[in-house]
Amino acid sequence: MTEIPKEEFILKCTSACAGCPSTLILRYVLKAAGADTVLVVPACCTSVIQGIYPNTAVNVPVYNVAFAAAAACASGMSEAFQKAGKKTNVIVYAGDGGTVDIGIQALSGAFERETDFLYICYDNEAYGNTGMQRSGSTPIGARTTTTPGGKVHAKKDLDAIVAAHNPSYLATACAAYPQDLFKKVQKALTLRGSKFIHVLAPCPPGWRFSSEMTVEMGKLAVRSGLWILYESEFGKVTINGPSKAAMIKPIPIEDYLSVQGRFKGIDRKAIDALKSQADQRAKHLQKEAEGIC
Amino acid sequence: MLTIATGNKAVAAAVKEVKPDVIAAYPITPQTEIVEQIAEYVTSGELDSRYIPVESEHSAMAACIGASITGARTFTATSSHGLLYMHEMVNWAAGARLPIVMANVNRAIGPGWNVWAEHTDAFQERDTGWLQVYVSTVQEAYDTTLMAFRIAEHADVILPVMVNLDGFLLSHSMQSLDTLNAGDFVPPLHLPHAIDVLNPAGYGTLTGPDEHFRFRWEIEKAMRRSRKVIAETERDFAERFGRSYGVAEEYRYEDADVVVIAMGTLGKEAEVAVDLLRNEGVNAGSLRIRWLRPFPDLDLSGREVVVIDRDYSFGFGGIIAQSLMARQRVDLYSVIAGLGGQEVTYDDIAGFVRERRPGTELWFGVNGNV
Repeated sequence: MTEIPKEEFILKCTSACAGCPSTLILRYVLKAAGADTVLVVPACCTSVIQGIYPNTAVNVPVYNVAFAAAAACASGMSEAFQKAGKKTNVIVYAGDGGTVDIGIQALSGAFERETDFLYICYDNEAYGNTGMQRSGSTPIGARTTTTPGGKVHAKKDLDAIVAAHNPSYLATACAAYPQDLFKKVQKALTLRGSKFIHVLAPCPPGWRFSSEMTVEMGKLAVRSGLWILYESEFGKVTINGPSKAAMIKPIPIEDYLSVQGRFKGIDRKAIDALKSQADQRAKHLQKEAEGIC
Repeated sequence: MLTIATGNKAVAAAVKEVKPDVIAAYPITPQTEIVEQIAEYVTSGELDSRYIPVESEHSAMAACIGASITGARTFTATSSHGLLYMHEMVNWAAGARLPIVMANVNRAIGPGWNVWAEHTDAFQERDTGWLQVYVSTVQEAYDTTLMAFRIAEHADVILPVMVNLDGFLLSHSMQSLDTLNAGDFVPPLHLPHAIDVLNPAGYGTLTGPDEHFRFRWEIEKAMRRSRKVIAETERDFAERFGRSYGVAEEYRYEDADVVVIAMGTLGKEAEVAVDLLRNEGVNAGSLRIRWLRPFPDLDLSGREVVVIDRDYSFGFGGIIAQSLMARQRVDLYSVIAGLGGQEVTYDDIAGFVRERRPGTELWFGVNGNV
C-alpha cells in the first residue's frame, strides 16, 4: 500500500457539488505535492469550488487566471521561481474546456518550451461550471445543453496532442483510483520539464447519475476500456493494472453508458463509434507499451 | 555613455539597466527590435534575466503575470494587434495590482495591414488601470523606461506602466542616446502581496459585488497617488541625471495665445511649427501630453487650443480633444492627423494653427472642416 499523508490541503468548506470528483482529485494531487506548491487555476469548476473571497478552502497558494492563460501564467511563475532559486512546485489545475479548447495554444507553447511544471487536466467531458455545454472533450453521443440531440463529433484525443510535444511525463488517471493518481503526481514531480496528467472526473450533475456513484462510475469507465490508465515516462509507455485487466476481459460499454442520463437515447451508431475509438486506442497503447511503434 | 540608437534599442538598453527577473516576449512589427535586442543581451550574458519566447501576446502578458505575482520584476513589449490580442490579460495585470512594465510601439490597427504610427492601439487600453506615458525622442524613451519601473513598483502605486513610442518615426529613428548607470535609482521590488507558500492565500477568487467595487476604488486611489510618485520620480531623475520632462512638456507656452496640443513625435514636430509661427508674429506655444493615465490637469484658460489627435473614437471624436473638453470649457480646434503613419510636417502643423476654426474638427488630407 502506498503511504498517503494524513495532511489535508482541501479544507471542509468547499462549495463543490455533492459527489464532486474534481475536489476528490485535487485532494490527492495536493497530498502528493505537499505544501511547497502553487496552483494555477483557469476558469473552471475549481474557480468556484475553492470558495468565495475572502475565504478559501485550499491551503496552498492558488493563482486564479483567465480561461486561456493557465499554461502561460505557469510558465512565468516557474521561470520566476527558478530565477529566485526556489524549488516550489507549479501545478496547473484546469478543466477540459480550459485545456482541450480555449487553453490549448498556451498549453502547446509551454510544453514546446519544456516549461518545468505539472499540468493536470481534470476532465468531466463538458463545460461544467457554466452548466454542462459540450467541449472538445465531450464523447460522441453524449447529451449536453448545447448538444441536446447527442454530440455528433468524437472526443478530441488530448493525450496524443500532448504526447506529440514529447513531455517528460504523461499519464492518465481517474478519480476512482486515488492511489494510482497519488503515485503518478509524486512521480511527475520528481522529473524536470513539462509533465501532464489527464484525469477522468465523472460528474454527477453533468453526467446525470446520483452523487454517491462517482467512484463506481470511474471504475466502470476503466473496466469498459473507455478510459485507459497508463503512463509514459520520456516516451516509454506502461499500461497500469486496472486497464491491463480490462484489456483482457472488458465489461460491455453499455454497462457504463446505461447508468448515465447523458447517454439516454444514444443510438447504435454512436455506441459503435465509441467502441471502435476505445479499441483503436487500446491497440495503439498496447503496441506502444510493447515498443512496437 | 554617449551613443547612437533607435527608439527600440533605447528601450532595450533601459531594460538591461534595471535587470528584470523575467521577460516574456513575442515579436511584432515595429516592436521586434526590442525583443531581439533583449534576446541578444540574455544570450550573451549581459543581462541575467529569464527570457520566455512565448507563442502569443496573450501568453506574453499571462507569463508576466505569473512571474510578477511571485515578486519578480517583469517586462514585455508589443504593438498594435499584439496589444489588442493581450487585452484580456492587460486588464488582468492591473486588476491583480502587478507592477509590470511594457513598451508599446504605437501602430495602426487593421484591416488593411498597416504597420505605421497611430495611437489608437494604446488608447483602446486607456481604461484598464495601466499608467500610460508617450515619448517623443530616443533619449526620452530610455529615460522614461527607467522611470516606469520605479513608478510601477512604488509602494503607493503597484500598477503596471505602459511606455508608448511611435512606430518607425521613433522606434526606428536613430538619435543620440546617453545611457546611464542607474545605480539605486530603481530600488529592489517589494511586492506586498507576492505569493508565499508559508502563508497560502487565494488570488483572484470568486469576488462579490461589494468587494469587487472596493478593489476598483483601490485601483483609482493608486492611480491618483501615482501623480505624486511621477513628480517625485521626475525630480529625483533630474537631480541625478540632469533631464526632466513633466507630465506634459511645455514649449514657449507661458505667454502663448494659441497652443498646439499633441502627443509623441507630433508633439516635438509642433515645437518647430511654434518657432515658424512666432517668426510670423503669431503668439504660439505647444504642449506635449506625456501621461495619458493619469490624465494631466492642464490649465488652458484664456488660450486658443489646437489639438492634434493621432487617434479617433468613431461616433465621438478625437480622444484627446474630447478628453480636454470634458475637463474644462475650452474652445478648441480638433485636428485628426497622422493616422496609419500619414506624414504630418511642422509646416502642416503651422497650417493647422493659421487656418484654425475653433469648434470644428478637421480630418487632415481627407476632409475639410466638419
